Amino acid sequence: MQRRTFLKTTAAAVTATAFTGLGPAFAMDNVVKEAGGNKIQWSSQTTSICAFCSVGCGLLVHTNKSTGRVVNVEGNSDHPINRGSLCAKGASSIQMTVNADRPTECLYRAPYSDRFEVKDWDWCKKRIAKLIKKSRDESFEEKNADGKVVNRTMGIASLGSAALDNEECYAMHSFMRSLGLVYVEHQARI
Amino acid sequence: MTNHWNDLQNSDCILIMGSNPAENHPISFKWVTKAQKAGAKVIHVDPRFTRTSARSDMHAALRSGTDIAVLGGMINYILNEKRYFKEYMVEYTNASFIVGKDFGFKDGLFTGFDPATRSYDKSKWAFEMDSKGNPKQDKSLEHPRCVFQIMKKHYERYTLDKVSSMSGVSIEDLKQLYRMYTETGTAKKAGTIMYAMGWTQHSVGVQNIRAMAMIQLMLGNMGVAGGGVNALRGECNVQGSTDYALLYHILPGYLKTPLAGQDTLEQYNKAFTPVSNDPKSANWWSNYPKYSASLIKAMYENDDPKDAYNYLPRLDSHKASQYSWLPLIDRMADGKFSGALIWGMNPACSGSDSEKTRKALGELDWMVNVNLFTCETSDFWKGPGMDPKSVKTETFYLPCASAIEKEGSVSNSGRWMQWRYKAQEPQGGVLTDGHYFHELWEELVHLYNEEGGAFPEPITHLTFNSMCEADDKGHYHFSAQQTARLCNGWFTRDVEVKGKKFKKGQQVPSFAYLQDDGSTTSGNWLYCNSYTDEGNKAERHDSTQTAEQANIGLYPNWTWCWPVNRRIIYNRASCDPKGNPWNPEKAVIKWNGEKWIGDVPDGGWAPGTKHPFIMLKHGMGQLFGPGRVDGPLPEYYEPLECPVDTHAFSKQLHNPTAVHFEKEEKAVADERYPFVASTYRVTEHWQTGSMTRWMSWLVETEPQMFVEISPQLAKLRGFENGEKVVVESVRGSLWAIAMVTDRIQPYKVAGKDVHMVGMPWHYGWVTPKDGGDSANLVTPNVGDPNTGIPEYKAFMVNVRKWKEGDA
Repeated sequence: MQRRTFLKTTAAAVTATAFTGLGPAFAMDNVVKEAGGNKIQWSSQTTSICAFCSVGCGLLVHTNKSTGRVVNVEGNSDHPINRGSLCAKGASSIQMTVNADRPTECLYRAPYSDRFEVKDWDWCKKRIAKLIKKSRDESFEEKNADGKVVNRTMGIASLGSAALDNEECYAMHSFMRSLGLVYVEHQARI
Repeated sequence: MTNHWNDLQNSDCILIMGSNPAENHPISFKWVTKAQKAGAKVIHVDPRFTRTSARSDMHAALRSGTDIAVLGGMINYILNEKRYFKEYMVEYTNASFIVGKDFGFKDGLFTGFDPATRSYDKSKWAFEMDSKGNPKQDKSLEHPRCVFQIMKKHYERYTLDKVSSMSGVSIEDLKQLYRMYTETGTAKKAGTIMYAMGWTQHSVGVQNIRAMAMIQLMLGNMGVAGGGVNALRGECNVQGSTDYALLYHILPGYLKTPLAGQDTLEQYNKAFTPVSNDPKSANWWSNYPKYSASLIKAMYENDDPKDAYNYLPRLDSHKASQYSWLPLIDRMADGKFSGALIWGMNPACSGSDSEKTRKALGELDWMVNVNLFTCETSDFWKGPGMDPKSVKTETFYLPCASAIEKEGSVSNSGRWMQWRYKAQEPQGGVLTDGHYFHELWEELVHLYNEEGGAFPEPITHLTFNSMCEADDKGHYHFSAQQTARLCNGWFTRDVEVKGKKFKKGQQVPSFAYLQDDGSTTSGNWLYCNSYTDEGNKAERHDSTQTAEQANIGLYPNWTWCWPVNRRIIYNRASCDPKGNPWNPEKAVIKWNGEKWIGDVPDGGWAPGTKHPFIMLKHGMGQLFGPGRVDGPLPEYYEPLECPVDTHAFSKQLHNPTAVHFEKEEKAVADERYPFVASTYRVTEHWQTGSMTRWMSWLVETEPQMFVEISPQLAKLRGFENGEKVVVESVRGSLWAIAMVTDRIQPYKVAGKDVHMVGMPWHYGWVTPKDGGDSANLVTPNVGDPNTGIPEYKAFMVNVRKWKEGDA
């Protein structure tokens, strides 16, 4: 069966598995014809979309099966928009992920300190949540100057991000609006 | 984009204005050159000669910020020379609508202007209504107050002489541009526009685009293959992040944020649901209450939407001057925020006036910055001019997973929602952004449950776990697949809609089935149909097409696009009122006697039964646009910083409604800052460079800040090519390497030479060493009154030799 046309041929099966998610199961199978023929034997392949501009060029990502690490990123020759081509940035995509300068731990800088220190996420999470709550509780307006109900938090700004996936953007919108934020802005404004 | 990238190949004339796609959207050019090889003309109108100009059939250099002069001149030309596509214009636009007697225009101002508030009373621009409440029309286009006649009068001032004197484009070039582009004003030809921040980043940004939209409507270029109004968006998911409303004025799917005084869901819906009495107007936004209720139900599944509406925060107004980026940063600088969450962004380099922005960060008690790498924002407290020991801001840097370390979708400029997969696990303590949001929310729920606090219900009732999957211990974790299902929406109970029965938990097949009573969820109605019971359509990699689809390069089974997989929007306008394509050789849709074939039509109604512009109240393309805050017709104004103190079109020098701060000085015909400046991007870097400046292959190709200047200006200032110089404005300064090039030439403005300089804005002090700093150190805090987008593309600077001790 050609997995590339799965929606036409496997609608029933997809319905059954929809709740648990389709991603990982289908990822390896989204390999295109041409590139499939050139597959490196010791790697697995997934498809992706370039993370720079908004043309939305297709990528093929090769992962070393034994280490689980990405070893190559190239244009997807089956993608209707780019047909395998990439610009200088897209062709450098692997350096965005596989890069020794990427921090792998959370960093914390105390007020008036001259340096960052490594903190674990659990510590940061608890501290950030406390700060959000304090700012929110102190700046929450139930009514505005005209006495109208507004239920909003005036003391926290949210900026970002066009770098998030759609699903993360939805999560961010829900989270920020639930906090009562009205100062919500991102790259599209600037 | 109303159309999509592959569709560029169908065009007969591609106008590239306000963008440089060969440089910044390089792969789009695959389709531009394909059209060109098939005989299309490519025209580039841009202040600089760029990689795009080099591949174009014509390049016209205009002074940055004078686009409305050039476009207004084209409108005048179209009207005088009768280059419009008359049947299309009469049937599908509001050219025939009669404007009310209160409308007027005098010396740069429309009627209804209040100088005290610098705003208009838009009711003065309303259409005259008939007894049924529909706009009166004169299809002969002769009524003196019909839109067509008002446009004629308005643009007769845009003569070739005046346009040339302000823009610096020669009269010969203007004539050639107008003639070439308006050849598409026939049934058989299509012209398209590719624009980007070169149009949006002006104090007249929206009106730049309005002017072009009017041209496209007059020439019959909307809805057709190879036509449309096409915004080239700058980031891989800036389309999606806008659709998902990470902006003050909207909720997902372009619903409005609630305003003070809208105390109930009913009041809120009433305020934003347009009413049309014309049976031929689809008035699609009449469905607004279904979309708002489904969004609220997606956020608060256990509450009635009427109750949960109260959990949404309300604004005092939708004014860009109150809540958008510029006033937000100004408010931060005034110490009015205690905290900021800055996600996947580097405002210390990307916002205008970097020094103000960086100082504003120091007024916060705490700040969280999430990025792949550290940047000028996470590290602002140790940047140039900062003494960490005097900066109070408690700062967190959280590292996030990259695009190939998680799954999820992004939406490109052509509205294609494309799924990405996880190719490796993130290292160390790195999580995805989605996981960070969810875990912070869990911790806040815990805190509010333990301690109480201000109005906790919006947080504690949020059904965030609907975006998650449970592990085998019962712990919930963020899941992109689950969230994608929620964004599409599901039925919350067994229900029958339009004669079809649905079970609780089934996915909603399309937004036509969404309900206003809480029986459906949909995190974004525009994405309803993307994840149905068939599965996640963003994952589809199927190239099959019908012959009609193949003919115009449509790939309806490759991923999915909003709305309802319609690849070219407003496509009903591609056919005559009988359903026959204007251009049968490049048909987008056609009526086969029973139904439409080709693309997904803008509604399945039979030809001639509905007007084509279904998202507009009256169903007609708006040549006259009474909804914008700065006027119903684009009018020429100088940028808020400019080299002249008068211009040829009126006594009103600037857009009177532009966003700006009285307290901040602007350089207007100021001899200290005599040169026009503009910022831009290069292929090898991206945005502030917060990622690409850490990528060695790219840094090697573009290692350092530079400024492009003409040989004439270099001579004037005594610069050598490659010399270090200083660029300075009212706000600040930075050094750059002088790149002396013929690609920039002085403009003749009102008989005098005006010089321009151009700079990339990719650099910052964190890395690379000796790479320079952000061009935004010199950009102004002024912006478009509709959008608030800053005027990065036209402002005034000086350039001088660098000396020891300069920054």
